[in-house]
Amino acid sequence: MSNARQTDVLTKSGETTKVSTHKFLIHHKGDHVGVATSPIEKGERVVGIYMDDNTEIEVVSRGEIPLGHKISLVNLEEGAPVLKYGVKVGVTTEAWEVGDYVHTHNIKTARW
Amino acid sequence: MEQKLFGYRRENGKVGIRNHVIILPVDDISNAACEAVAKQVQGTLALPHAYGRLQYGPDLDLHFRTMIGTGSNPNVAAVVVIGIEENWSKKIAEGIAETGKPVSYFSIEGNGDLETIRKASWKAKEYVQWATELQREPIELSELTVSIKCGESDTTTGLGSCPTVSQAVDRLVEAGATVFFGETSELTGGEHLIRERMATPELKEKFMAVYNNYVGEIESKGVDLLGSQPTQGNIAGGLSTIEEKALGNIAKTGTKEVIGVLDPAEKPENGNGLYFMDTSSAAAECITLMAAGGAVLHLFPTGQGNIIGNPIEPVVKITANPLTAGTMSEHIDVDVQGLLSRQITLEEAGDKLMEMIGRTVNGRLTSAEALGHREFVMTKLYRSA
Repeated sequence: MSNARQTDVLTKSGETTKVSTHKFLIHHKGDHVGVATSPIEKGERVVGIYMDDNTEIEVVSRGEIPLGHKISLVNLEEGAPVLKYGVKVGVTTEAWEVGDYVHTHNIKTARW
Repeated sequence: MEQKLFGYRRENGKVGIRNHVIILPVDDISNAACEAVAKQVQGTLALPHAYGRLQYGPDLDLHFRTMIGTGSNPNVAAVVVIGIEENWSKKIAEGIAETGKPVSYFSIEGNGDLETIRKASWKAKEYVQWATELQREPIELSELTVSIKCGESDTTTGLGSCPTVSQAVDRLVEAGATVFFGETSELTGGEHLIRERMATPELKEKFMAVYNNYVGEIESKGVDLLGSQPTQGNIAGGLSTIEEKALGNIAKTGTKEVIGVLDPAEKPENGNGLYFMDTSSAAAECITLMAAGGAVLHLFPTGQGNIIGNPIEPVVKITANPLTAGTMSEHIDVDVQGLLSRQITLEEAGDKLMEMIGRTVNGRLTSAEALGHREFVMTKLYRSA
C-alpha cells in the first residue's frame, strides 16, 4: 500500500526526507480534476500528483484556487460528464479549459 | 494489533469501553426529573431528549428501539429509567433488563417529580457505587462494535481522513470486529458502488429498497436533495456536487463485503463484520442510532470541522485539512494532514488511527468527551398524533 515510490514523495521517517513541491492531488489516472492541497494563484505553474501511480502533471492555473477546491486538467465542452475517483461526479455547465477553477459555477450534479 | 486492550465485559458477554450509569427519560416531560437525579448523584449521566409522547406505528417502534438500545449499549453499566407513565417506562426497563445489567424504572404520574427524584436518586447512587468498582479486563479487537460517519465534509475528507478510516475499517473487519456505516441519502451518486459490495442478491435488493425509500421520501416533499446537498459547509470546502460528496463519504467504508442491512438502531444478527444501517446523514441522529444498535466507538472524519459528540459512545475525530487542524485543534484527535503534503503514507495514517483507537478503548477521553459534547438526538419518522 506504500505510496512512497518516487523521490518527490517523502520516504519513511528517519530517512533523508524530500518535501514534495506538489500543489494538488488527483485521485485516479483519467480524472478530469485535481484537488488543491495548498492555495493556488492565478497564472501559477503547479505540479499535481496522481495518487494511484505517483506520476506527475503540470498545469498553469487560470484562476485563484483555495485549498480543497478543484482545478481542471482537461478541456471539456458544456454538458460533458466529469470524472473524479474514476467515477462520474457531475456534468459541466459551461466549457472548461485546462487550468480552470472548477466549482458550482461550472459543474453540477448529473442527478437532477 | 500489539497494543493491549482493556474494556468492561458485561453480563451478556458484550464489551464496552466506558462505564456509564445513565438516567434515561422515556419522554420529554421526564427530562427534568432525570436531570435532577444526575445533578444529585455524581457520576451519573442524564440523557434528555425531545420526544416520547403520542408517537405511533413505526415511529413509536423506533422510539422504543432507540431507548432500549441506548440502555443496552455495553458502554452503559446500569440504567435508571424515568417516564411519566408506568407502562412505557416498564417496557423500556424490561427491554434493557434482557442484557442482564441492573435497571430500575420509576413513573412520575401519581408521585410527582420530587418523590420520583428521591426514589430514583437512591437507586442511582446504589448503581454508581456498584459500577465504579467494576474493573476493566483484557479484551480483543474482535469484541468491539465500531461505527463510522463523517461530517462537515470537504475534498480533504475524500483525499485523507476517509481513506484513513477505510484503513481502520478493513483492519477491524479482518480482526473480526463489527463495523456500522450509514448515511443513506448521502450515498447518492455512489449507491451502485455500495450495492455491488452487498454479500448476497437478497441484500443488494434490500439495500436498494431502503435507499430508494429514503430518497423517495425526500422527493415526495416536492424537493430534491439539491437544496441541502452539498451543504454550505461542503461547498465552502470545495465540494461541488452530491456525487462528489458521496464518493468521498464511501471512501471511508473500506473494501470488505457488507453482510447486513440494518433498520435504524437495529442490532446486527449476521455475526461480526461490516453492516449498513439506514440512517439520516445528520451527525447526531446518525450516531445516536448507531450507539443504540450497539456501537461502542465512533470514527468521525471531518474536513471543515464538525464538533459532534455522543453521551455514551466516544467519537474520535480525524482530519486531513491543515486549516481545520490548525484553527480547531481542540476538536481533533487524529491529524493526518501529512497525507495531503505526502509526508505520510495511507498505511502510516491507518497506524496512527489504530493507535488512537487503542488509547480511546483503554480510557483516553476523546476531544468531544473532554469538551462535553453529548448530542443525543432521537430520529423521528413523522409527526405525533
